[in-house]
Amino acid sequence: MANTNKSVLIKIKRQNTPTSKSYWEEFELAYHPGMNVISSLMEIAANPVTREGKATSPITYDSNCLEEVCGSCAMLINGRARMACSALIDNLEQPIKLEPFAKFPVVRDLATDRSVIFENLKAVKAWVPIDGTYDLGPGPRMTAEEQEQAYPISRCISCCCCMEACPQFNEDTGFVGAATIAQVRLFNTHPTGKSLQRERLAALMGDGGIQECGYAQNCVEVCPKDIPLTRAISEVGGEVMKQAIGDLFRR
Amino acid sequence: MAAPKIIVVGGGLAGLSAVIKIAEMGGSVDLFSIVPVKRSHSVCAQGGINAAKNLKGEGDSTWQHFDDTVYGGDFLANQPPVKDMCEAAPGIIDLLDRMGVPFNRTPEGLLDFRRFGGTLYNRTAFAGATTGQQLLYALDEQVRRYESEGKVKKYEHWEFLSAVLDGNRVCRGICAMDLRSMEVRTFPADAIIIATGGNGAIFGKSTNSVVCTGSAQSALYQQGCYYANGEFIQVHPTCIPGEDKLRLMSESARGEGGRVWVPKTPGDKREPKAIPEKDRWYFLEEWYPKYGNLVPRDVATRAIFKVVFEHKLGIDGKPMVYLDLTHIDRKILDRKLEGILEIYEKFVGDDPRDTPMKIFPGMHYTMGGLWVDFKQATNIPGIYAAGECEYQYHGANRLGANSLVSCVYGGGVAGPNAVKYARGLQALSDGNGVFEAEKKKQEESNSLLMNNEGTENPFKLWRELGELMTKDCTVIRYNKNLQQTDARLVEMLERFRKVNLSDRTQWANTSVVFTRQVYNMLQLSRVIAQGARMRDESRGAHYKPDFPDRDDKNFLKTTKASFAPDADGPKFEFEPVDTSLIPPRARKYDAAK
Repeated sequence: MANTNKSVLIKIKRQNTPTSKSYWEEFELAYHPGMNVISSLMEIAANPVTREGKATSPITYDSNCLEEVCGSCAMLINGRARMACSALIDNLEQPIKLEPFAKFPVVRDLATDRSVIFENLKAVKAWVPIDGTYDLGPGPRMTAEEQEQAYPISRCISCCCCMEACPQFNEDTGFVGAATIAQVRLFNTHPTGKSLQRERLAALMGDGGIQECGYAQNCVEVCPKDIPLTRAISEVGGEVMKQAIGDLFRR
Repeated sequence: MAAPKIIVVGGGLAGLSAVIKIAEMGGSVDLFSIVPVKRSHSVCAQGGINAAKNLKGEGDSTWQHFDDTVYGGDFLANQPPVKDMCEAAPGIIDLLDRMGVPFNRTPEGLLDFRRFGGTLYNRTAFAGATTGQQLLYALDEQVRRYESEGKVKKYEHWEFLSAVLDGNRVCRGICAMDLRSMEVRTFPADAIIIATGGNGAIFGKSTNSVVCTGSAQSALYQQGCYYANGEFIQVHPTCIPGEDKLRLMSESARGEGGRVWVPKTPGDKREPKAIPEKDRWYFLEEWYPKYGNLVPRDVATRAIFKVVFEHKLGIDGKPMVYLDLTHIDRKILDRKLEGILEIYEKFVGDDPRDTPMKIFPGMHYTMGGLWVDFKQATNIPGIYAAGECEYQYHGANRLGANSLVSCVYGGGVAGPNAVKYARGLQALSDGNGVFEAEKKKQEESNSLLMNNEGTENPFKLWRELGELMTKDCTVIRYNKNLQQTDARLVEMLERFRKVNLSDRTQWANTSVVFTRQVYNMLQLSRVIAQGARMRDESRGAHYKPDFPDRDDKNFLKTTKASFAPDADGPKFEFEPVDTSLIPPRARKYDAAK
């Protein structure tokens, strides 16, 4: 439904530094069609005045492509983990509440430190171990069907929405999260990538590994790219189990 | 001897490609990026990457690719490096394939190829409609592997401010700022590679990402690097107008059979699907029967402008035309174009499988950039450049799906050449003074901005700049307007002195960073406007109604701008173009070449 209000009301949870206390500010913007959360934050930057008329500073937030493909602008919008660029004002209930992710360290305002995802990708060796970049001819032949299996997982933008929404992703469990597990599925099924299969599965064993998953299924629910995360988790879970049992007997 | 230390600035395709080559050669790399490299603008490339693999039995060849590229670029590119790139392209596709890029496949399991603009061959390999994302991820993964082996150190959330030059004007490193702590620091290196992308932000709204401001290129131009062919800006014919940006609707939509049309009657109120064939005008197909909807981007953009502004046939009287995919099987659309259809659905709310899309041209690509030689070296020793931030491969107009190949290739040339240069470099004799001096200089400009008591809001100044540049420096150019534009830019630079930051804190202060970028954008805008003013001809993306023809006698030349500190503006010289391989001929797309 198109919103016919003449103004847009936005409440933003702000925080000046990683250790300082958070506070809320309210903004009222003139409505125009096609607005999204990012264009609203841009307007606040051009005119940083709160609803009460108090001069303030522009909001700090992560953003880059604004096409939901770079994974930068993830935040909580009306309580839901999602990308700000694709959050159209017309589709949001007002007042619109913007908060930083709650499970990642706040840098400032809506910007959070999500570098843990890249560390996780390192830990599971999420790459194809090629010999070198010199000309070694074409890659392995692959059926269209195999490509169609791999491609959706390869579209993961590392936004961390699945981790934010997961009840098991917290300091107590140290859970690696759905996105990383899906990447293990991706590389373990690649003809060359699977040479590191054992190491990847081993990295998912033990504390913080795949066993922490409680199958709440929040991850698939919030994933902006509709990645079949739960399917990947159950497939990788099976492989981890098989390898763990195998290791037991090999000891 | 210690391993050469190379700094790469920018973690898109070109930067990462350079990093991999350097690490493979045993060099050590510091990689700087404003955003985590996996979030670089390369992810936005959609349609594909060109390489004449000739897997469709069409008799394609790397020479054909070379000829299409030079012809598409209206003969402004120096030809030898373009030829080398086209010859390397099939090997680049193989490499990416080996790295695990999920390219679409044929039933036999081979790479599939589709058609793109400016060619009659199926030459474009693709991974759905998010090819740039998939390519960037493949390189990102290889760099992460090197990072875990200790060969690469990443500095993410850092902004390049300037190069550190010694007394002989040889580059010795960079000065950069931590975007969180706001700390300004210098980093020594034997050579640096700039791979900082295009300058879309100069035009306000464009298809570019937020970080594509051209700020690094401008800073280097102000430090003495030549900036070449700045006036060549590509406007992509099919974008989705938006409040915050113009979202690209890939050329692959037309490559897969998409058709551009408008209702024949002005102000036709019917829903597009209710308009019968006889009442539709497929103007590209009519005007360009051989290439049809796949004419190069500059040609398609001008055609849309003509239909909308001269024939007054924009949809509902507005500046928009239809891009229609509804006649194509849904399954094929999902398999080959899903990524871009999803963008339209999410951001507009209509399903392009059912309803023709409404599109309009928007600023998309920077053909010009830092001047480099065939080794990707700028005129300052020790500074290399690769990717969209340099000018080398696309002449006056880039062909679709050539950008990804030029990034991977250019980075692959820059990396090894920087290492070779570094191995022969004499150590810096006069100590660390130059580092301290550069750091101090940059800290001073930060504190000047922070403490300035003015009235100008930098974000508003930027919006004004974008509107000005889009109006007078994109599709249609008139000398009078260009002259006025430059005068306005001078006035805005003056107003910049009165800039006032609403945020003066010392932690993750985005205002101070953005304000620095605005200054650099203003300086670079003058290069674009004046370059356009001087080129009295029409060539590729540069079109002047008062000079409608290409003029090889006077303008088959590279425009080279250099910064004159005394005048606080650009001065220009012109360099002949190397056309040693393909003699220039008239460029027209209404018939086969």
